[in-house]
Amino acid sequence: MVPLSYYLLLSGFLFACGVAGFLIKRNIIAIFMSIELMLNGVNLSFVAFAAHWHALSGQVFVFFVMVVAAAEAAVGLAIIISVYRTRETLNVDQVNLLKL
Amino acid sequence: MNPTLNLWLIPILPLAGAAINGFLGKKSSRKAVTTIALFFSGAAFAMALWVAASFSSLTLPYHEYVAHWIRSGSFSVDFAFYLDQLSLVMLLVVTGVGFLIHIYSVGYIWEDPSYYRFFSYLNLFMFFMLTLVLANNYLVMFIGWEGVGLASYLLIGFWFTKDSAASAGKKAFIVNRIGDFGFLIALFLLIKHFGSLNFDQVFQSVTPLGAETAGAGLLTAIGILLMVGACGKSAQIPLYIWLPDAMEGPTPVSALIHAATMVTAGVYMVSRSHVIFERAPMALMVVAIIGTLTAFFAATIGVAQTDIKKVLAYSTVSQLGYMFMACGVGAFSAGIFHLMTHAFFKGLLFLAAGSVIHAVGGEQDMRKMGGLRTKIPWTFWSMTAATLAIAGIPGLAGFFSKDEILWRAYQSSWAYWLVGVVTAFITSFYMFRLWFMTFFGEYRGEAGAEHGHGGHDAHGGHGHGGIHESPKVMVIPLVILAVLSVVGGYVGVPGSLGGNNRFDKFLGPVFHGSAPADAQHAAMGEKGATENETEGPEPKSEGSTELMFTGISVLAALLGFGLAWQLYYRNPGLPGKIAASMAGAYQTLVHKYYVDELYGALFVRPLIDGSTRILWQGVDRRIIDAAVNDAGDGARQVSDEVRHMQSGNIRSYAGWIAAGSAVVIGFMIWMWTGAR
Repeated sequence: MVPLSYYLLLSGFLFACGVAGFLIKRNIIAIFMSIELMLNGVNLSFVAFAAHWHALSGQVFVFFVMVVAAAEAAVGLAIIISVYRTRETLNVDQVNLLKL
Repeated sequence: MNPTLNLWLIPILPLAGAAINGFLGKKSSRKAVTTIALFFSGAAFAMALWVAASFSSLTLPYHEYVAHWIRSGSFSVDFAFYLDQLSLVMLLVVTGVGFLIHIYSVGYIWEDPSYYRFFSYLNLFMFFMLTLVLANNYLVMFIGWEGVGLASYLLIGFWFTKDSAASAGKKAFIVNRIGDFGFLIALFLLIKHFGSLNFDQVFQSVTPLGAETAGAGLLTAIGILLMVGACGKSAQIPLYIWLPDAMEGPTPVSALIHAATMVTAGVYMVSRSHVIFERAPMALMVVAIIGTLTAFFAATIGVAQTDIKKVLAYSTVSQLGYMFMACGVGAFSAGIFHLMTHAFFKGLLFLAAGSVIHAVGGEQDMRKMGGLRTKIPWTFWSMTAATLAIAGIPGLAGFFSKDEILWRAYQSSWAYWLVGVVTAFITSFYMFRLWFMTFFGEYRGEAGAEHGHGGHDAHGGHGHGGIHESPKVMVIPLVILAVLSVVGGYVGVPGSLGGNNRFDKFLGPVFHGSAPADAQHAAMGEKGATENETEGPEPKSEGSTELMFTGISVLAALLGFGLAWQLYYRNPGLPGKIAASMAGAYQTLVHKYYVDELYGALFVRPLIDGSTRILWQGVDRRIIDAAVNDAGDGARQVSDEVRHMQSGNIRSYAGWIAAGSAVVIGFMIWMWTGAR
């Protein structure tokens, strides 16, 4: 049996990758993917704890997260498409009309 | 059972006058203002007369309860009035002289644009003064005490656009505060130790105490503190400095407030508290010494003054000193007697001086007067009566009262008497000096046919020229007061001169029979004489001694007259030569012993410097202002830096969130590992 800590390390690694990608990448799609990566890193720790403690609530949470993530992906991609249509770029540093 | 006197009406009437004139006077005609002011002050006088008329049917002291004021536990203070022989005398003096001065003021202040304001203040003063003399406890007395101070301030600074008048008002007020501080502490001590401020209750609790019992120290402290209050109000050393400056006010004010009534409040208060003082020989001694010194020093200053009102001001200080001397040797009724006669002749002197100033068009410098005798005969003759009275020429009011004081002072200590007689000589000298300088010789002023009105006493410009007698409305009060100055003393002719000292007997129930048994020899050594007088013919030898002393004081008065006659009538050039030959002494007197300068250097300068350098430049600007400004500057500088965090860049926010959560997680891990 794989020990819980392995799952948690992997989950932390995935989450850290997501954070790093979010901070470093300039392309909106890459940033979006980094967010998904963070979500799934968290999902992994949820299911790992659920299996370890034999508690179903962790798995239920994962379903919720996946549902919200799907909705978010739909809305997010729609926004990205509309941004690209108006600005003709996906570089976040150039989408700065609201900046001071 | 006493009939209802409605004493409360007496102070309330002038208050009503003050309110009506104060609120409505600006729009009313002068006639209306005059009518109201005279009616209400006259009504108070009429009521006082009525009270005096029904006095013999009263059981004294008469109490009148109006309303309760403070109730706290067993301590209570009421608005209540008190009438006995002492308050009756004060009542008559205040309302009588006050009413006369109101009449005089009508003529004096007629052309001033603030006519209504003057009468409103004058009536207000009457209200407070009557509250003071009719109070039945120290706190109500204190209301009056402070109120007359307020009225005095308002009236000294009546011409407040003049800088010197405004400062003189402030000076009077501030110096009085110092005295009031002592008075207040005395009241606190009374509350603390006797639980009451009612005259009756306090004196009842004090009566069993004696000079040698445990309460003596306390009574001495209370007595001295009360005297501090009296020093402020009655212009005694060391707080007399405000009174000469108070001459900036209109002359009727000087007459009413700063000669006849308000400044005698201290004498009244000390006499009212005689039960306390009689049991505190030390406090009495302080009173006597302060009074004696003040009488002497103020008189010497008066010799060198050239401003006619300043001479009278120092004379007032000096005469008040006599009154305190009398109180200090336990002769309270003599002090009150002198208070009354002084109110007549000093009020008259001021009013006559006002009339003189009026005549020469606002000039107050006696060196620019002279020869006015024939030009203003009414003023001249009434002033003559007052001068003779204050100098102590036999037969006039001042003679009897001053002589009584000196005789009683001698019975206490020859030193008081000696200083008193020397002062009487100086008094006579400077008063006749004033008299000769003003009314005799050649006219030295420039105000001839067309006199300019640039003088000190800037009471409007009356358009007619020439030196002229004052209008009837001013002359009549002069004449009445002159008559009083002449005959006022006959209520208290001493036994040695064939009288029976009725005034002393009248006040007897207030002052006698209350002396402590063990202090009879200490503070009331002369009381035996009084009792002899009241009981029967006094021993022959004492009567002739008294006569001899009377002779000496008459001699002193005549000497003063003779000297003034020599110097200011026969040889008008001589005083200048004498002054030049004793320049040092003369300058000291002209500059009033440099007391103002001394106080300036000792108290005023350090206070101003301390306030400027330490409190303003140091504390206020360096600490308080700096703290406020630095807080503002600091906030701006910090936010200048911090606002860069608000970049609007999502990724930098995310970075901060990540860094923050990393710190939080790191801290939790450290705690977790550390806890193990």
